[in-house]
Amino acid sequence: MPVIEIKQLTKHYRVYQKHEGLWASLRGLFRREYKEVKAVQGIDLTVEQGEFVAFLGPNGAGKTTTLKLLSGVINPTSGTATVMGHVPWNRENAYRRRFALVMGQKNQLWWDLPAQESFRLHQQIYRIDPGSFDKRLSELTELLDIRDLLNQPVRELSLGERMKMELTAALLHSPEVLFLDEPTIGLDVVAQHNIQQFLKYYQQKRKITILLTSHYMKDVAALCKRVVIIAQGQIKHDGSLAGIVDKFSSHKVVTLQLREGESLDHFEQFGEVLEVVAPKVKLRIERAKVAQSLAAILAQHDIEDVVVEDPPLEEVIAGMFSQVGKPQVPVES
Amino acid sequence: MYARAVTWWVILRIALEERFVYRGDFFLGTLMRFLPIITQMFLWWAVFGALSGERNTVVGYTYANMVGYYLLTMISRAFSSMPGLASGISRQVRDGEVKKFLIQPVDMIGFLLLGRVAHKLAYYTVAILPFGLVFFLCRGYFYDLPAHAATHSWTTFAAYIATLVLGFLVGYFLEATIGLIGFWWLEVSSILFVYMLFSFFLSGHMFPIDMLPAPWGQMVEFLPLKYLAYFPAAVFLGKVPPGSLAMELWIEVAWLAFFIVASRILWHRGVQRYSGFGG
Repeated sequence: MPVIEIKQLTKHYRVYQKHEGLWASLRGLFRREYKEVKAVQGIDLTVEQGEFVAFLGPNGAGKTTTLKLLSGVINPTSGTATVMGHVPWNRENAYRRRFALVMGQKNQLWWDLPAQESFRLHQQIYRIDPGSFDKRLSELTELLDIRDLLNQPVRELSLGERMKMELTAALLHSPEVLFLDEPTIGLDVVAQHNIQQFLKYYQQKRKITILLTSHYMKDVAALCKRVVIIAQGQIKHDGSLAGIVDKFSSHKVVTLQLREGESLDHFEQFGEVLEVVAPKVKLRIERAKVAQSLAAILAQHDIEDVVVEDPPLEEVIAGMFSQVGKPQVPVES
Repeated sequence: MYARAVTWWVILRIALEERFVYRGDFFLGTLMRFLPIITQMFLWWAVFGALSGERNTVVGYTYANMVGYYLLTMISRAFSSMPGLASGISRQVRDGEVKKFLIQPVDMIGFLLLGRVAHKLAYYTVAILPFGLVFFLCRGYFYDLPAHAATHSWTTFAAYIATLVLGFLVGYFLEATIGLIGFWWLEVSSILFVYMLFSFFLSGHMFPIDMLPAPWGQMVEFLPLKYLAYFPAAVFLGKVPPGSLAMELWIEVAWLAFFIVASRILWHRGVQRYSGFGG
């Protein structure tokens, strides 16, 4: 049975439209214009136990709204969803004790007190028995290397250290489902890497189900086999990361190593020249024409080596975001 | 039940620890509470000084009664005032901090109530000495009280303690209710300003409300604001006849129940309406 089941989930917001200027502000006191924002529009999604799924999409695509719906922060406009058999927006304590939400931009710990105190509070509100609490806390602090920081006020911790504390707090009650909203936002490369390693290890060990939203491709590439692309509140792709490249990239990158003395000119006829650093030439060639172009190149030039690659993931995703952002693209799910 | 009590204790303990983090602000804030009473004493000293001839009372209050009254409202307000509660709740709604109460298995109204209890306990621990000193120095203002005043009757004294505790709870749930309007208005500072203004005059903070002429006096008697300052002082001073004391206390309990229910309804409806502002 799937852990998360979403059917036709829809969330529309009414947003007050304020025009620029004092006169518009005064008019706004009496008559207000509202715009309906369709944050999530009829999403269908099924996630099995133990999956690590990434939500990708441009800003305002509906990723965070979906996480908020699944964690019961907001009620949907229509549609249904169950997580471990619970309807999230019923906000039952039985459900709340089984999941956790970590938001990279929000702090759940007591700002002025050492994190240890917030953990104690979590122990109480999640009813964690003392034995399990001590065991889990020592395991998490060991893995995240934060043992020495437990007695420091949270406000004096660095952003990376604070995120580690947030993760510890969120995992103390051993949630079966974890929602992560931009957990590495604002962190430096080392801290990002540490968090990724931890999440990977923890998820594999505990086999918990994780839904992650992130803007960092590295997070996604390192952690998730399954990627769900959301844009304009709809699911545009659901599958593997490699599948995205196949589906959304129309070109291949071909690197040619020429024999010494070969001319570096006239490669434009085969595709877009990306880079020329003798004795190498890098070309961007349409997928359909790769074989044909390569045959022609090999016939006309003396080539020592050929490498055919997919374009960098970031580039594909950026291209895809601009592509899926257009309304005429058919909706797939 | 035991588990719940332990949870409450831990919340209370952590909130207390948090209170003591900013020592300077805490001590200064505690001690500065005594300043307004001194200005009030001078003001009424001037008013009584200006009275002509034989007259030495203003609407039934002598100068000693008046100072005694102000000292007692200072205690009432040490229980009932809730600085930053309503604005804090609406800010949490506005910037999305309220989310944690929707995600974690903890009730926001109960959680904040324990925070306030901690706030008050920390305050009383420090304030008890200066309060004791001020009352000792001003004991002369409490000499000519009637036989059923708290200085003479244990029953009245017990009722007085009850009015302080109830005053704390009425103050908390009333302000929490105002703060929860934040689910609809997002910003409650204007409504809070209006409330503060009315509360200042009609709770008895500024002057004893039985000084108000008819029909205003009777109208104000029906409002819950009097429980925040006037009522505990009136009980202490023996202004509430012994026969109607129990009834008056029950009316206060009814008001408390009203605000508990109102805050619960607003919370429930507000959460349904909440759309997760602030990302």
